[in-house]
Amino acid sequence: MVRFSEVGLRYGAPQRPLGARRGEAARQAGAATRPEVLRDLSFTLPAGSFTWLLGASGAGKSSLLRLMQLALRPTRGTVEVLGLDIGGARRWQLPHLRRRIGVVFQDFRLLPHLTAFDNVALPLRLAGRPEGQLRADVLEMLRWVGLDSRLHALPPEMSGGEQQRVAIARAVVTRPALLLADEPTGNLDAPQARRVLALVGEMNRLGTTVVVATHSQELVARQPAPALRLEGGRLVGDR
Amino acid sequence: MSAIADRDAAPPAGLAAETRPAGGGPAGTPPGTASRPGRRRDRDPLGLRRALSDRLLPGLVAAMALLAALALGGARGAATLAARWQTGAAAAVLVQVPEPAAPAAPAEGAPAGGPPAARRLDAPPAARRLDGPPAARRLDAALAALRSIPSVSEARPMDDARMQALLRPWLGDAADLPLPGVIELRLDPDAALPEGADSLEARLAAVAPGALVESHGLWVARLGALARSLQAVSLAALLLVAGVAAAVVAVATRAGLIARREAIGVLHTLGATDGDIARRFARRVFALAGAGALMGAALAVPLLAGLAGLAAPLLGGAAGAGSGIGWAWAGLPWAELVALPPLAALIGWATAQLTVRRWLRRLP
Repeated sequence: MVRFSEVGLRYGAPQRPLGARRGEAARQAGAATRPEVLRDLSFTLPAGSFTWLLGASGAGKSSLLRLMQLALRPTRGTVEVLGLDIGGARRWQLPHLRRRIGVVFQDFRLLPHLTAFDNVALPLRLAGRPEGQLRADVLEMLRWVGLDSRLHALPPEMSGGEQQRVAIARAVVTRPALLLADEPTGNLDAPQARRVLALVGEMNRLGTTVVVATHSQELVARQPAPALRLEGGRLVGDR
Repeated sequence: MSAIADRDAAPPAGLAAETRPAGGGPAGTPPGTASRPGRRRDRDPLGLRRALSDRLLPGLVAAMALLAALALGGARGAATLAARWQTGAAAAVLVQVPEPAAPAAPAEGAPAGGPPAARRLDAPPAARRLDGPPAARRLDAALAALRSIPSVSEARPMDDARMQALLRPWLGDAADLPLPGVIELRLDPDAALPEGADSLEARLAAVAPGALVESHGLWVARLGALARSLQAVSLAALLLVAGVAAAVVAVATRAGLIARREAIGVLHTLGATDGDIARRFARRVFALAGAGALMGAALAVPLLAGLAGLAAPLLGGAAGAGSGIGWAWAGLPWAELVALPPLAALIGWATAQLTVRRWLRRLP
């Protein structure tokens, strides 16, 4: 479950290090110079839900996703992800939670010197899964995204669509409780986009809470679901 | 491209099932085909092999280790010199007391009552002869005065047989020559600043006019003090080198962190703990620093052996080439040299851990 309540975000505001609670006044003072990129967001995404995140470029979709993936802490308000209050959590509590969140980045963010196999295996290895166990999962995941012939390819040797699929395989290989995707079909042709959407839908059917940011109306039309609409950092349409 | 579209969208079984039966990999993919490159590269997801180059850091650490080894050699050499000079024959101070048998001048430091014979005024002025009776009075008074000085650990008269043996090459068996009494002094090696020859002579003048202090031993004692200072300086240099090495490691680690900022961000997002990331850096730095220090220490060995060979004659070793090298070899600070690489590796490991963990605090 993801719950936002009265959430505001400014970049440049001091992020609380190590979960230490700094004075509210100090945070406000440091942040006062920049405008809020997200304002007064309040919504709840139930566990197992599928939600579109819509809005023009610069509306704050990526910032909202970064809050959900624990890459940022809110400047004000409360963000609760999978049962943990992110603003008040200790820093050491976050890595474990991050392992339950799968993220597909718009720019893939694959590690360039690791093969497709190793990129997909990375979350499992970080979680301490033994080599013997993770191999089958990784191979199956790569086969399923159609890259079983490209196991040893490095990202720079792959097309944008192939990298996109590796990024998706990496995001779902741990069977995350929350799957966040930022324009996951941006680099794919129509059949591939359909397939990726089908995968994400299947993950959702298996119980994963899914949030997909996109500005493709075509994609939304294909899979009707509740949507969060952002405009200028504010929520303009809920559901 | 079309392959993916042709497949149906059913998710892999692994997504649906919480646990998988062993060997449940997809058919047609023999287990282990992908493991070899995977296992090899897994150790370096951050690409640290390139970010923390195996040239620069080991080179710098090797230079530091070489300096540390030289400082160690210096400390060892100074310690050996100090010990040798302070305990060996060279540490003795010789005091000549003319007319040793003449009655002592009255002095505070002199014993209250001497034997009655010593007060006789008719004693021959140069009574002491090599075969004569043992010297009395002035020599004894000088001895007593010297023994009352705190920094003098031992004062004893040189016996006649030894005097004779020493003088025979120059004087033959000239038994009739009047000879001064000679006192051999040993100075306390722990006394910070031994007394000067002048002050010793001044003390002796009261009881034994004309007493001469041969200051060679005093110089040796002062050299001993200098050697101890050198030893302290060497140890300070060692600490400084360790500090600089830690700073070098910190700078290199920060450069590596900045070069791998993106990859660290990815690992962080995937749920890597600070410990996970710090461990990867620290392991790499541990190996690089250890290897560098090993090179530096190895380089230092012949250098130190050469220096020790040069110092051998000063230290009582043989000056001859063959035995000198063997002696120098044994005199190297082997334990410290062997400890250098693991110590450098540990310093590197700890510094990298601290640097990475501090840097990672900027991430939420």
